[in-house]
Amino acid sequence: MLFSNRMINILIPIISVVLGLLSGAIIMLVFGYNPIEGYAALWNGAFGDSYFLGETLRQVTPYILSGLAVAFALRTGLLNIGVEGQVFVGWLASVAVGISFDLPMIIHLPLAILAAALAGAFWGFIPGILKAKLGVHEVIVTIMMNYIALYISNDIVRNVLTDGEDRTAEIAPSASLASEWLASMTYFSRLHYGLIVALFMALVMWFVLNKTTRGFELRSVGFNQNASKYAGMSVGKNIVLAMVISGAFAGLAGAMEGLGTFGYMNVKSGFTNIGFDGIAVALLGANMALGVVLAAFLFGTLKIGALNMPTEAGVPTELVEIVIALIIFFVASSYIIRWAFLRFKKEGK
Amino acid sequence: MDYVIEMLNIRKEFPGIVANDNINLQVKKGEIHALLGENGAGKSTLMNVLFGLYQPEKGEIRVRGEQANITDPNIANDLGIGMVHQHFMLVDTFTVTENIVLGSEPKRMGQVNLKRAEKEVQELSERYGLNVDPRAKIRDISVGMQQRVEILKTLYRGAEILILDEPTAVLTPQEIKELIDIMKSLVSEGKSIILITHKLKEIMEVCDRCTVIRKGQGIGTVEVSETNPTELASLMVGREVSFSTEKTPADPKETFLSIKDLRVKDVRGVEMVKGLNLNVRAGEIVGIAGVDGNGQSELIEAITGLRKTESGDIKLHEKAITNLTPRKVTQSGISHIPQDRHKFGLVLDFPVGENMVLQSYYNEPFSKNGVMNFKNIYKKANELIEEYDVRTPDAYTKARALSGGNQQKAIIGREVDRSPDLIIAAQPTRGLDVGAIEFIHKKLIEERDKGRAVLLLSFELEEIMNLSDRIAVMFDGQIVAEVKPEETNEQDLGLLMAGNSTSKAGGE
Ligand SMILES: Nc1ncnc2c1ncn2[C@@H]1O[C@H](COP(=O)(O)OP(=O)(O)OP(=O)(O)O)[C@@H](O)[C@H]1O
Ligand SMILES: [Mg+2]
Repeated sequence: MLFSNRMINILIPIISVVLGLLSGAIIMLVFGYNPIEGYAALWNGAFGDSYFLGETLRQVTPYILSGLAVAFALRTGLLNIGVEGQVFVGWLASVAVGISFDLPMIIHLPLAILAAALAGAFWGFIPGILKAKLGVHEVIVTIMMNYIALYISNDIVRNVLTDGEDRTAEIAPSASLASEWLASMTYFSRLHYGLIVALFMALVMWFVLNKTTRGFELRSVGFNQNASKYAGMSVGKNIVLAMVISGAFAGLAGAMEGLGTFGYMNVKSGFTNIGFDGIAVALLGANMALGVVLAAFLFGTLKIGALNMPTEAGVPTELVEIVIALIIFFVASSYIIRWAFLRFKKEGK
Repeated sequence: MDYVIEMLNIRKEFPGIVANDNINLQVKKGEIHALLGENGAGKSTLMNVLFGLYQPEKGEIRVRGEQANITDPNIANDLGIGMVHQHFMLVDTFTVTENIVLGSEPKRMGQVNLKRAEKEVQELSERYGLNVDPRAKIRDISVGMQQRVEILKTLYRGAEILILDEPTAVLTPQEIKELIDIMKSLVSEGKSIILITHKLKEIMEVCDRCTVIRKGQGIGTVEVSETNPTELASLMVGREVSFSTEKTPADPKETFLSIKDLRVKDVRGVEMVKGLNLNVRAGEIVGIAGVDGNGQSELIEAITGLRKTESGDIKLHEKAITNLTPRKVTQSGISHIPQDRHKFGLVLDFPVGENMVLQSYYNEPFSKNGVMNFKNIYKKANELIEEYDVRTPDAYTKARALSGGNQQKAIIGREVDRSPDLIIAAQPTRGLDVGAIEFIHKKLIEERDKGRAVLLLSFELEEIMNLSDRIAVMFDGQIVAEVKPEETNEQDLGLLMAGNSTSKAGGE
């Protein structure tokens, strides 16, 4: 036996990324840019100095949480395309709590974070209950919920939290995740304490799914609803719970932006893509907590590092986006690579 | 030499296990060749090697005398090898024809030519007496019919050599008779068949030769006309096997399960159980005999809480359990060996060990305060694997990787171990080898002797006759007769099952 299954699960994402980078290099070559310079610029833009490193880590933070949200749902057999909308309501809720109260930090900050989680959870609860009770497919509902979230959030920012303005007030310092210490260590990047929250939640996901009876039920229902019902588990309850927990992770991703990076919420013309990128992060991370953390790290690196490619290597932004899209493409199509692998192993089945 | 297939010194390994160890199999043209072996002996593996799904570590395959390198099923198809897997691979919402042509559609100007395909399927079906309607949707036809569709699929692709992996395990006795006729007509047209089955009677009836494998090793090939079931069984197991189960007369005590006037509808809303009455007492095995589709599945699903009842009472120990949730039913002391082990019995993607605690994971010592205790879970799992002779590399192996028979043994171990008051065993020995059947029957009788009640559902009259202390004949949603096995025979039972209550063995 050449490779064990475990090895394959680790190798496939790595190969996907390498293939993505290679084809990105080819595209750059074809259009007359030097791929080595391009990737060097990407590297410098992500890790070149401590400011860039701070920004990269800041970007990684919401990706970890949105990736966990998608991964958690997938592990329980659900496709949560609504992470994007759940991020929106989480962001909104955290900022609403952040600007509306004047409390000691020890209460205010946890309260704002909790509000985000609850808002996301509620946004996940709706498709969950519709699936459990009426059998409506969660993909359809979650997609629609994304638009509802976008437009409701905009309306609330404009007409409830402000008087017709495009952005809310700054949250109270007592609700902020921003850290002078982290910022000063990284030449005043926007790095904040949220990274700790995100890493902690990865641990939570691992623990819940793998170590608790609840996680056992959730995974069981994800694999085989009939057998789960036979075994006395409540399929409907577990579906709803899975969507609620997934939504809570997504809501927390919104809090990272609301309480950490920005400190306010503004009217948005379109999606943030944090939620959609979460799908790719989860795929690349093989739906495992540690995998998601690593994949989020890669995505954050690409997103931030790419900003440096036009200035340092002259690669136009459009091309940079193509390169990133290619990497995502190879990751998303990793099943092709898996298939090729299995053929190579000549195992089939 | 006139061998169509020769597999020589085949070796196939899986992590931690040698599934095939130097096995030889030579099939003559125009014969039905049986492949016999215990559960997990490596039969399916060997056939998957021949069909190109697995690559052997060692060995040589020759097709019609020429060496072949079968690296994928398409090559097998091109060589005229077709396989019907035990678990069908059909698209439910497609028609018979659409399923058959899937992947090799006849095209006309880029368009699938279904008309032509339909005609071809019809012709094939008539030629071999398959009696399949090319336009029926898969979800509307019986399991037996679906199997014929699988056979047609291989014929449509030009198969000359057919591999049938346990085709009769899922069929009713009538369907088995028909399949045997089909196989005979196939070989009379010059095709060759490799048949995997655990039923020695079938081998004796249709096969020309039989190759026996034991624990991955080839034991040899015998002429069926020169052997008998007893010899085959001992070749395969490596010891003497007794066919009829020894048991003392039952000593039934108080009534455990009582069902009154039960009515249950199926998924389509059609009433399948129509005012059924039945009692099962402590210390007896009650066998339900009946033709498939007379409400047996709905009855069992209603007792176990998987399906809502329309009206009527189900009581266990005088306490109503009607329409309780499956968990409450389990807790009240009922175990259930389900008819469909892949659909209900196991989470195939969970390790064997976790499947062993599928209903009890939330109890101590398997978990405490909501946190799983995997050490205790696997300790228990290893005990069950040992006691019930579940052949698996270890308890961490996914249930999916186990051979069909060993999956069944794992379920039975789990269900019997729970020390329930009532065991509902639906087709408990489906797909098991004779040795394993003997073992399971012994276990069920042991449980009976401990004072438990056993409700047995089986489509095999032999099993019903052997195991039951009392037989309840089910027809059209009702128990139409109750008979003692020693006072009846298979013929009379057959008549009763067909709804013929005037038979002399009848009576309430
Ligand atoms: N994909 C796989 N991965 C690991 N082990 C496997 C795999 N497939 C089969 N095995 C192991 O190989 C052995 C032979 O299995 P196989 O399915 O060939 O048995 P079988 O003779 O068909 O048994 P049955 O009559 O129960 O179907 C078993 O011990 C099984 O656990
Ligand atoms: Mg098999």
